[in-house]
Amino acid sequence: MFAQIIFVVLLIAAVYLFSKNLSRIIRNIRLGREIDRTDRSSDRWMTMLRVAFGQSKMVVRPVAGIMHIFVYVGFIIINFEVLEIIIDGIFGTHRFFSSLGSFYNFLIASFEILALLVLVGVIVFLIRRNILKLKRFWSKEMTAWPRTDANIILITEVLLMTAFLTMNATDGILQSRAFDHYIQAGSFPVSSLFAGIFSGLSSESLVMIERFCWWFHIIGIFAFLNYIPYSKHFHILLAFPNTYYSNLNAKGRFTNMESVTREVKLMLDPTAPVPPVDPNAAPQRFGAKDVYDLTWKQLMDAYSCTECGRCTSSCPANQTGKVLSPRKIMMDTRDRLEEVGRNIDKQGKDFRDDKSLLNYISEEELWACTSCNACTEACPVNIDPLSIIVEMRRYLVMEESKVPAELAGMFNKVENNGAPWQFAQADRFNWANAD
Amino acid sequence: MAEFAARGEAPEVLFWVGCAGSFDERAQKITRAVAKILHHAGVAFAVLGSEESCTGDPAKRAGNEFLFQMQAMMNIQLLNGYGIRKIVTACPHCFNTLKNEYPELGGNYEVVHHSELLQKLFSEGKIKVQGGSFQGKKITFHDPCYLGRGNDVYEAPRNVLEKLDVELSEMKRSRAKGFCCGAGGAQMFKEPEKGQKDVNVERTEEALALNPDIIAVGCPFCMTMMTDGVKNFNKEDKVKVLDIAELIAGAAEL
Repeated sequence: MFAQIIFVVLLIAAVYLFSKNLSRIIRNIRLGREIDRTDRSSDRWMTMLRVAFGQSKMVVRPVAGIMHIFVYVGFIIINFEVLEIIIDGIFGTHRFFSSLGSFYNFLIASFEILALLVLVGVIVFLIRRNILKLKRFWSKEMTAWPRTDANIILITEVLLMTAFLTMNATDGILQSRAFDHYIQAGSFPVSSLFAGIFSGLSSESLVMIERFCWWFHIIGIFAFLNYIPYSKHFHILLAFPNTYYSNLNAKGRFTNMESVTREVKLMLDPTAPVPPVDPNAAPQRFGAKDVYDLTWKQLMDAYSCTECGRCTSSCPANQTGKVLSPRKIMMDTRDRLEEVGRNIDKQGKDFRDDKSLLNYISEEELWACTSCNACTEACPVNIDPLSIIVEMRRYLVMEESKVPAELAGMFNKVENNGAPWQFAQADRFNWANAD
Repeated sequence: MAEFAARGEAPEVLFWVGCAGSFDERAQKITRAVAKILHHAGVAFAVLGSEESCTGDPAKRAGNEFLFQMQAMMNIQLLNGYGIRKIVTACPHCFNTLKNEYPELGGNYEVVHHSELLQKLFSEGKIKVQGGSFQGKKITFHDPCYLGRGNDVYEAPRNVLEKLDVELSEMKRSRAKGFCCGAGGAQMFKEPEKGQKDVNVERTEEALALNPDIIAVGCPFCMTMMTDGVKNFNKEDKVKVLDIAELIAGAAEL
């Protein structure tokens, strides 16, 4: 009974804390500007099914892709086991679903096989990060914390899976001894392989180990649940909505700025009918200086990023040694958004500090982009770093007139002679006269 | 175009030449190749000549939305005035802008890249080539970002190249994984930020590793970048950089 009370208290605390964390993140995402991503819902569902559920972009890189599928499928399916743990914890039962009989055996056997695959995947990931030291996990923006964060997640998964398998191993021995309430239930294709190392122990010691693993597993999951909102690992939840709300337009199409359209229309024809401006609307900035100027989708992108670095490793600017890294753009956006969120928590929602995204992202980074869309193509969860770069360029150009001198020259030429080079518009047909 | 309008006729298609195609000496050759092919195929096409103006693409990529929209609205006024419905262009940047970014500002046209039009002309039997001078040559195609990833056109240029009876050899980074030439996003008009290498050198190195006779491109900016890249490796005598239109026009001896 005492154990049940502790369990229920822990469960309530974990769920409460998680919902608080979740609402904090939702509030932060809602600081972004409005953008309509509710159209074409069947295309959106298909995109989510294909990209997030079906992992279609993960497998573009086969080794990481397949290992990730192990961990992903394992994670989702083994969580059915958590349901049983919760029921057992609340009601003080043991293996509540065992009445399902042979289907239960099948379930437990598949959980075990998946747990093994998760272990394989996670160990391969640890090796890739820490022994092979793949370049994209060690580039500049991968400072101590992002690297530690990744390792914390991976090691937690190793521990959780090990606890799960050890629990089954000891349970299996206890079942064979028909000890106490350890009824025959489940099938243990993986844990039975190493159960031998526990077979010399007394039944009381085995119960101790089994209970320890059970508690460790569930407390580990509660802790994990409340760690991910502070971690890059939040992608396990956001991957789904983030792909649902993907940009479905051609990647080459940049957004149209309505606010500019009305001004340009007035400039070209002062008598042109233009929709009236809402006098109560807050004046909107051109482009993005801070997270408030980005859309909620761009902010969701930042929380969805798991820092895998596929964007950066395919970025032509980054790969030729420029400072730009699309992953860093996303990490900076998230860091700044978290900072803004902390300010709001401490100082209230109207508080503004004197910092902005430009304290995180330099002009040099922004101007190094070739807008080639390699980053958006590479992202396994359809994050769009390019759109943030473009919004920030818009701010620099239209609000601050900060633009590389050659580009300012190019603007002048387009404006004066209708071409980015110094040629007379009258000479446009000269190509036909040569040869 | 003005002549068509004066006669009260409408062309089948407007050939949008673009700034590079109008002024860049190398790209002018691409423009002439496209024009020759269209003539040969009997396509009634027009150009805007001195009425054409920059689509605004480089301004938009560089964040100058005002300038972009000014250019776009002036061009749309002109295009709509002539009642243009269909546009072909040899520049993927113009293609993308006209196709994707003009509709919201009131310019709705069917816009195709010249590789798509060439593909169609082949399938209709309006142009034919018998391998010609390029038969058996080793060619690799460099995907323009704004044609490939930007608009998901990967096969049209390859289908056209296959008509040449050449050996098509793909770089490791091709199609959706294609590596930029370094000119997009208004980089064409500025020096690159400091780094270890220029993007076009990296890309040309990858292309040259295949030992091609020809690097085929479908964009005047890629043309500049890849040509400079080949020069950087002193390979300009061995490896030619040619636009798909030049290859077709050359093979058909136009």
